[in-house]
Amino acid sequence: MPLYRDEAVVLRTHKLGEADRIVTMLTREHGKVRAVAKGVRRTASKFGARLEPFMVADVQLYEGRSLDIITQAESVGSYGADITTDYGSYTAASAMVEAADKLTEAEASLQQYLLLVGALRSLARREHGASLTLDSYLLRALSIAGWAPSFNDCSVTGAPGPHSAFVVQLGGVVADAVAPPGAPRLDSNTLLLLSSLLTGDWAAADDADERTRSQASGVVAAYTQFHLDRGLRSLEHVDRRTTA
Amino acid sequence: MYDGIVQELIDELGRLPGIGPKSAQRIAFHILQTETFDVTHLAEVLMTVKEKVRFCDVCGNVTEQELCNICRDPRRSAATICVVEEAKDVVAIERTREFKGLYQVLGGAISPIDGIGPDDLRIRQLMQRLADGTVTEVIIATDPNLEGEATATYLSRMLMHLDLRVTRLASGLPVGGDLEYADEVTLGRAFEGRRLVEN
Repeated sequence: MPLYRDEAVVLRTHKLGEADRIVTMLTREHGKVRAVAKGVRRTASKFGARLEPFMVADVQLYEGRSLDIITQAESVGSYGADITTDYGSYTAASAMVEAADKLTEAEASLQQYLLLVGALRSLARREHGASLTLDSYLLRALSIAGWAPSFNDCSVTGAPGPHSAFVVQLGGVVADAVAPPGAPRLDSNTLLLLSSLLTGDWAAADDADERTRSQASGVVAAYTQFHLDRGLRSLEHVDRRTTA
Repeated sequence: MYDGIVQELIDELGRLPGIGPKSAQRIAFHILQTETFDVTHLAEVLMTVKEKVRFCDVCGNVTEQELCNICRDPRRSAATICVVEEAKDVVAIERTREFKGLYQVLGGAISPIDGIGPDDLRIRQLMQRLADGTVTEVIIATDPNLEGEATATYLSRMLMHLDLRVTRLASGLPVGGDLEYADEVTLGRAFEGRRLVEN
C-alpha cells in the first residue's frame, strides 16, 4: 500500500529543512500519522494553508520508510481561521490537539478522531464557552482512552453516590469510608457540571456559574495532568478569562 | 560509526536545524578535506558571533551594539512600529524598501503546545515603547500561519484600548501565481482583503 488516502485532522507541525514541514495528523482510519509536506512553507505552496493545525483535510499520502509523504490535500473543515480570531479558543484548541497527540497511537481510533473533529468544530462555531468545550473534550478523550472518571458512584468500591471526596489517583469520587485523610471535597454543583461535561449535557453545563466552572476546570486539569505522561504543556497557557 | 573526534563532529553538526545524519556526515568530510586556514576562519567567525552579537535593547533585533542599525537611524519614523516574529523577518521587510518606521522583534510566536506563552515573547517591551504616545501606528506582521494569527489576535486585544492605529499585513494571492491553484483559505483571505480599484 505505497499510496493511500484518508481524512485527517492536523495536530501539530514541525519545520523541516528549508521549506518543508513534518505534519502530525490524527487520521480516521490509520491512527496517528507523521508525514512530510514538501515546500509548504513557501508562500506559493498549493496546500500549506490546508495543513495547518486544527484543519481537517482529505489527504493522499505516499508510504515512506520512516515518514510518509503528503502528495495531495483538500480541505474538509477549515476551523483554524475561526479559532485563531479568539485567543481563548486558540489556547483551548492547542490543549486539545496536544491531548489527542498523547492519547493516540498508530492504531486507528474512530472515536478519538470524531471527538476531536467535533470539539474543534464546536470551538470554531462558538457553540459553548471555549473553556467548557476543552474540559468536556479532555474528560471524554480520557474516557475513550480507558481513564473514565467517576463523578457519582465510588470509584473504588462502586458504592452508589453522591460522594464529595475527589481523589485523582483513585479515578474520581470515593466514599467517605475509603477516602484518604485530607482528600479534597467538591460541592454538588461542581460534580453536576463535571457529569454534564462528561455526558455532553450542554444545557446543564452552559447554566453553570463562573465559580463552579473554575472549580471544574481545576479538577479536569489535575485529572488530565495525572493520567497523561509528562502532562500537557498547553494547559498552563489556556486563557480561561475570555472563554466563559 | 566513526572513531572519536570525527563522530563527535558529525553528532554536533547533526544537532543543527535542518541537518540530518547524512548531511552532517557530508559536511564533516568536507571540513576534513578543506584547507586549515578556511576551517580556522569558520571557527573564529562562530566564536565571534557568539561573543559579539546580541539583541537590540529597544527592538530585540540582532546587533553588535546596544542598539541596532535601524533603531540608531535618525531618518526612520518613530511613529510607526512593525511587529515581527524573528530578526529574519526584519531583513525580509527591509528588502521591500517600503517601510520607513521601526521594528519590534517578538522572538517567536505564541504556541501553547510548545510551552510558549505571551510572557515568553517581547510583548511587555512593546507595551513599554507605546506608553509615551510617540507611536501612532502598530503594524502586526507576524507570520500568516496559525501561531502568527493567534499572536496577532492576542496583540490586537492588548492594543485595542490604546489610542493608536493597529493594522495587520494583508494576506492573499502570491504575485506570479495562478488563481486556480490557490487554496480556499488563501483565496478567502484575498476576497476579505480586496481593495477598491481607483480610476
